[in-house]
Formats: sequence, C-alpha cells, structure tokens
Amino acid sequence: MADVVHPRPSFQSIILALQVFWAKRGCTILQPYDMEVGAGTFHPATLLRALGPEPWACAYVQPSRRPADGRYGDNPNRLQHYYQFQVLLKPSPKEAQNLYIESLADIGIHPNFHDLRFVEDDWESPTLGAWGLGWEVWCDGMEITQFTYFQQIGGIDCAPVSLELTYGLERLAMYIQGVNDIFKIDFNGSGLLYGDIFHRSEVEFSIFNFEYSNVKTLSRHFEDAEQECRALLRGSLLFPAYDQCMKASHCFNLLDARGILSVPERAAYISRVRGMVRACCEAWLTCPTPSQRA
Amino acid sequence: MPEFMLEILSEEIPSCSQKRAADALKRLICSGLALSGLIVADRACAFVTPRRLVLMITDLPIFSPFICKERRGPHVNSSGESLEGFLKANGITRAQAEIRQTPKGAFYFALMEQKGTMMATLLKQVVESTLADFPWSRSMRWGPTHERWIRPIRRILCLFEERIVPVRFAGVEASNVSEGHRFLAPAVFSVRDFRCYQQNLRNAYVILDPAERVHRIRQQAEWIAAAEGLTVRKDESLFAEISGLVEWPMILIGKIEKKFMSLPKEVIITVMRVYQKTLALLEADDTLAPNFLVVSNTETADNGRSIISGNERVLQARLADAQFFWEQDRCQPLQHWGSKLTERVFHARLGTVADKVERMRKLAAVVAEYMPTANLALVDRAVLLAKADLATGMVGEFPELQGVMGRCYALRDGERSEVYNAIAEHYRPLGQSDFCPSAPVSVCVALVDRIDTLIGFWTLSEKPTGSKDPLALRRAVLTGIRIIIENKLRIPLIIVFKKAAALYHSTESLNVHSLFVFFTARLKAHLQEKGVRHDIIAAVLESGQDDDLVRLSSRVDALAHFIDTQDGINLLRAHRRAMSIVRREQQKNRVAYNREPVDVNLLGESVECALESQLVIVRKNCNDAIKKERFCDALRILSQLRVPIDNFFECVKINCDNKRLKENRLKLLSRVGTVMGTVADFAKIKG
Repeated sequence: MADVVHPRPSFQSIILALQVFWAKRGCTILQPYDMEVGAGTFHPATLLRALGPEPWACAYVQPSRRPADGRYGDNPNRLQHYYQFQVLLKPSPKEAQNLYIESLADIGIHPNFHDLRFVEDDWESPTLGAWGLGWEVWCDGMEITQFTYFQQIGGIDCAPVSLELTYGLERLAMYIQGVNDIFKIDFNGSGLLYGDIFHRSEVEFSIFNFEYSNVKTLSRHFEDAEQECRALLRGSLLFPAYDQCMKASHCFNLLDARGILSVPERAAYISRVRGMVRACCEAWLTCPTPSQRA
Repeated sequence: MPEFMLEILSEEIPSCSQKRAADALKRLICSGLALSGLIVADRACAFVTPRRLVLMITDLPIFSPFICKERRGPHVNSSGESLEGFLKANGITRAQAEIRQTPKGAFYFALMEQKGTMMATLLKQVVESTLADFPWSRSMRWGPTHERWIRPIRRILCLFEERIVPVRFAGVEASNVSEGHRFLAPAVFSVRDFRCYQQNLRNAYVILDPAERVHRIRQQAEWIAAAEGLTVRKDESLFAEISGLVEWPMILIGKIEKKFMSLPKEVIITVMRVYQKTLALLEADDTLAPNFLVVSNTETADNGRSIISGNERVLQARLADAQFFWEQDRCQPLQHWGSKLTERVFHARLGTVADKVERMRKLAAVVAEYMPTANLALVDRAVLLAKADLATGMVGEFPELQGVMGRCYALRDGERSEVYNAIAEHYRPLGQSDFCPSAPVSVCVALVDRIDTLIGFWTLSEKPTGSKDPLALRRAVLTGIRIIIENKLRIPLIIVFKKAAALYHSTESLNVHSLFVFFTARLKAHLQEKGVRHDIIAAVLESGQDDDLVRLSSRVDALAHFIDTQDGINLLRAHRRAMSIVRREQQKNRVAYNREPVDVNLLGESVECALESQLVIVRKNCNDAIKKERFCDALRILSQLRVPIDNFFECVKINCDNKRLKENRLKLLSRVGTVMGTVADFAKIKG
C-alpha cells in the first residue's frame, strides 16, 4: 500500500512538499498575510493580483480564522484557527487538473490507491463580491481541496481567469497520517503534535469568540474600519485601505460567532464589507500609485 | 450513409446539469440542420459522462438538400413603399415576386432557392454556433478565452465520414483524438467512427451511456447488498446523481460503527446522501443496516481498501458531530429550545423567530376557524413547537434536518402525533412535485407560516421582482396555493391577510389586495401547468372579487370543460356576436348600454320578448347555481340563452330607423353580457 511505501509525512513536511512542488512549477512562494483573515483568498496576493491582465503565479500558507467554528478544543474535526495552502495561477493553465493531481502524489496521495473526484461546488464569497466555478476535490469521500476558476472579484470580471487551489492542510494531514483527531496530527515528525502547539489557544479563543468578545466594541471597530477604508481610498492609499476591509471582515466574523445577527443583519454587514472590497479592487485597477501622484 | 460524431471533452460537468446538456446538444444541432432541410432527430443520439458530451447522427447525406423557401410580403393593395422594402430585403425584382391568393387576400411572395451545401461545411457552422450559444444555466470562462462553457473544454473530437470536421471553439481545434478514464487509462487514442469510439472508451474504462451506468450501479449495489442479506434503500435521484459523478462505477461496501446506529435514521441517511453521496442499506425488516455503499470512480491496487477506510472515517467524523448534538439537544425538551428563539432574529424589521411564532399562534386561531377538522389546541401546540428545532445544535449543523429533528425531539417528549407530524410537515411541500401535507394540523401550520412570512415582507415592500426572489417568496405563494387547493380549504384569503397584517402592528396601511393579486398570478401559473388554457383562466380570475382559491379553481375547471362542448362553442359564438355589435355601437355613440334597464314596453317582436324573459329566468337560476357552487350547472343554464339569442339575430334588425327601439335592443343585448359575466368574462375567451 501507498502508506507502507511512503513514510507518513508530518504536517510541516506536507507544507514543504507543496511549496517545493509549486515553486518548481513557476510559483513565487510568498508568506502569510499578517492579519486575521477568514481564508487565503483575502491575501492581497490573491484578491488583488487576480484582477488585471498581468500573469501571476504564487503559493503560500495562510493561517485562517473562522471564529464560529471554534469548539473549545473538544471537537476532533474542527478549529477556529487553521491553515490553508493557497495556489493562484493566472491565467489558469490548460493542464490544471493534472498538475493538481501530481501535487497530491508528492504528499502521498496517489490515484492508484484513492478515489479522487471533482465534485461540483460553485464557490461564492459574498463578502468579497467574488465567485467562481469549480469543484471541491474529494479523496475517498473527504473534501481536501477547493478548486476554483475565478470569474469575478469585487464585482469585477476576471480577465484572464485565474485558478485558485486551496488545500485544507489539517484535513490532508489527518488523512495522510491516518489519525482521527486534528490535535493528534504529527506536526514536525519528531513527536510534537498539533494539539501540543494549538490546543490551548483553541480553547481560549473559543471562549473569547463565544463569551468574551464585546459586541459593542466590535460593532464600533467595524464602523471605524469602514470609515478608515473610505478615507484611505480618497488618499489613493490602496493597501492600507484594503487592510481595513480585512479588519472589518474579521469583526463581522466575530459578531457572527456570537449568534446574535439575523439573516438580514448578516446580509447588511456582508454588503458593507463587499462595498469596501469593491472600492479597493477598483482602485487597484485604476488608481495611480502614490509615486505616480502629482 | 455517412455518420457524424462529436465529443466535447471537458473538465468535470456537474452531475445535475448533464442530462439537460445532452438533450440540448441534440436539440440544437438537429434544429440547426433542420434549417437546411435535414430532419435527423430520429437518427441522432446524445450521451453524457462527467467529462464528455457526445452526439452521433447516422445516415447523413454528403450535401444538404436543395430547398425552396418562400416568404410572404405585403398585400397587393398596400403602399408601393412597403413593396419596395420587401423586394430590397429579399434581393429580388418586382418581376421575380409572385402574387398568390391566400384566405386573407392576394399577397406578394418572394421565392428563394437554397442550394445544397457540403455537409462538412454545414456541420462546422451548426456545431460552432451551437457551442457558442449553448444554454448552460451557469457557465464560465477560463484561461485567456472569452468563450463560455460549463467547465474548461480540453478537447473536441468532430468527425464526418471518418474525416475531421475542423470545428474551432474556445481556442480548441477539433481532432480525431480522445482519451480514456482520467486515472485508469489516460492515454489518447484516435477514432475512426462512433463504433470505434465506443469500443475504445470501453477498453479505456469509460461507460458512455448514463442509463448503462445507472443500471450497472444498481446491479452491483443489489448484488453486494444481497451478499450481506440486505437491500438497497430506494433513492432514484441519488442513483441518477451518482451516475453523473463516475465514468467507471465500482461499488464498495463500508461499515457504520455500531455506536452511531442509535441516531435517528433520518440523520444517518441525510448525512450519507447529502454529504457523502453514499447509498443506505436496509435490513430484511426495513430498518437501517449498519453499512453503506460507496460508488467509486476507479479500481485500485488494494481492491478499494483505502477507499473504504477513507469513506468510513469521513462518515464517522460527521456522525460523531451529529451524535454530539443529538445528546446535547435531548438534555432539554423541545419547548426549551423554542424559548431560545427570542434570541434568533427572523428579520431585522420583523422581529425575532419567537415573535413570528406568537403571531403564527394568533393567526392559526383565525385560520383554524375555517378548518372544522383541525383541533385548535393541537394546532396551537404544533405552532408553538414548529420552529423550536432551529435553536438545536443538530439543525444548526445540518440545516436540511429542520422539521425532521423537531419531529424526533417532540416524539421523544411524548407530544401527540398530530403535533410532531405537523412540526416536520409544515415546511412541505418544498416545491411543485414534493409531498403536500393533508393532516389538518399540519395543513394549518404550513399555511399560517407562509402567510405570516408573506405579509411580513409585503409590509416591508420586499416583493419578488422578475427573476429576483432571494427570500423564496414566490415559492411560498406557490406552495401555499397547493396546500389550499389540494386540501380544498375554504378560506377567504383577504380576511386572513388583513388579520395577519394587523398582527404585525404595521403603522403603514398595507394593501393586502396586492398580495392577493400576487396569489392569483401564481394560481394562473399553477393552473396553466395543469394544462388549462390561459384565456379560460383569465376569464375567471380577472372577472370577480372572489378570494376563495378553491372556488376560483373549480370555476376554471367547469369553464374549461364547458367551453370544449358543442354548447360551449355555440354559446361563445352567440356571446361574441352580441358583444361585438354592442361594443361597436357604444364606441360610435359613446353610451354604455349596460347602465340602463331594458324598457319592456318597447319589446315588440316575440323573439325580443322571448330573449328578455329567458334572460330573467337564466339570471335567477344561474345565481342559484353559483350560490350552491354548482358551476357546471350554471354554465349549462347559460347555454339556454343561445337559442333565443340566435332567434333574435335572425328575426330582429337592430339597426332600425327608430332610435328608441334600436337603443332598447342594444340594451337587451348588453344584458346578455351582464348575465353571462356573473359566471365568467366570456370576452376574454379566444377560439
């Protein structure tokens, strides 16, 4: 069996293998963005760079936060802070699916032993005003990757179209290592487990997300970020303005985790973030950089 | 004779779009060829797999036939200008245009001959325009291309008479090459004709025909199940969906851990079918077996061992989640979760779900009055608990289980069967073909829930427009109509709407009639789907102020039936004749003849008197029949007017010199319209 032939890769060696694989295929290996984001798509290297005509190819790990998914470290399958491995290829290459399948073989998932399936999943991020068509990739019934051809970002058509691959690193590691508990993932190959590093922060952040976060403060921070974003855009300071979008989005996610937002209230918050993101995307495509300003 | 084949090899096509795509490909190419006089639909065959869309047409000629087209132009008496335009548009001279007699008079005709085209040239055109204009419900661009398809196209194989038809689309040039199963036989192979193609595919682990894949899945599934003494749970839509996920179905059996089998079977089945696309198995006594079937798309070196263990682990993880919620939710009775609804906002401007439940309880009391079979106490209990499961962990995690979980929890709490069934059933029907509840308590809760939601959004002026209906209000109306009609609920909707609006304490006065108009518009669509002619529906729905949908729909049924009988045809003809005279005279003289009564003293002729007295009798009998809701009788009674009307036209000259006599006769005729109008607006009926 494949598992016998290949030594079980640790969490970090999976990341290293993916980085090497994609670096060899022309991707620039970037580092995570240094702010709280809900997914790797928020990284400006994806969100902004996927717009406009210039070719672009990058890969990076992005720590991602989904406050509502916290389970106080009790659930073996769920975290409020986890890692995505993100690849962005613009324009999307012809052999995209085969490239992706090759990358899986490099981390120990070979189609000779596994049932790999591309199952329809229309991806949409109302917060980013973005959507794309593609699949979730299933390995033996488990979703391991989101495979998306971006059609729009910030409400703007993507031309050319980019391909976004998002590997769920914890799931992949659990699967490859054959463990049933996220916290039991072998992190470094020398006995350090995922839980040794992250269990306490999962517990504490769950308590914060669900019990301690301050609704009034968060709503105020959201308002501030929104105003800041507009002001910065007026000054053509695109990247600082876009940081405010990520801040606002995270405030919204924290508010959402408190379970107090109604469907329409959620929709209103989402549409406000979308408005900010859209303005930033438009600025990315049209505004001069500060050095070009008069 | 020569054969045509086309394969579009793309990245994976969503399962639910495949059948429609194959049908559309066949329809569009065939209709494209039909424009050149080739009728080939019975010789065309379309197939689809997750990666291929295929069309094959046999027995095509080498040239498309010589055809003659004709186009009708202006009337011979029309202006020279329109003739000039017609000649110019068709590129012919006056001498080439032909004059022909038609039932509507003499017209110019342009006759154009179309020479046959080389078939390969024609096929290239038809295929390219079909691909460019394909009716995908949602399509995409990829890479640098501007063309759209459902997913990126990787190859096009297009052959006519064993030669490549050089189709080009989205940067792909057609060839005679295809490839096999993505993992089991990825090598390319070249193709001579369709038979060769099919042979190659089979050797390359691809079953082209979806029906054959379904058959194979079913056969394997039943065989494996039987070996374990089990049967496969019937689930046609899941079979169809799975057959669109695989090119080479291989079925494997996995185990569900014993400890999860105490979960309600609805939970296990939902998790398996919605999230894992795996088939459920049943024991001999129809209880859920602790096994599942997974349909994989490949054969592996370890005979599927890794695939089974992987699927088992994924299922276990999901069931572990479910079990956690199942245990947590049951620490409290369902009513407790209901009390949490005060924290759950239904809509920012419409209050919480708890507010909604309170309104629904009051409205249910009103609606239940019109439902003699619904026990009010049970209705109230059911409403109180209907939304409670929304606050449970299980429904939070698996929203598809709303209602189903409420039922499970209520059953455990010892609620009455009417109550727990209503909790599950009040969301139904989900659509036009879904089950419609018939138990009185369920019916009452289902209807009240929809009316409360609709009135709420109407007070906010959040009405569906065009294709936009994010809150699924149109569906709420359609399913509400089904609940009313199928259960024959006699409910004055306007009154109920007004009560529902009052419960919102809306300060703006709400026009409940606009909601009712929305209902009648949907009722029209509902009846039209059942095959009733739209003019007949309009004749009933647009005539009166009736707000009882059951009565309206039985009126429509009666009229639809009547209008096709000889009596109906004759009566309609008589009505039309009478009304066209009245209308013409009204327009000419600017008088409304139906406003004033007929002067009996002016009725000289016997046929006039006969019509008048028959109108009096018919009117009375007709009203009686309508009161008793015997609409077929009412129409039969109306048909007694036909003979006196015909006699009247035969013996009486309306346009007589005596102005008073003439007016009186027009008044008499317009009364025919008034009396008939009490049943339906016959003027709206075509035919």
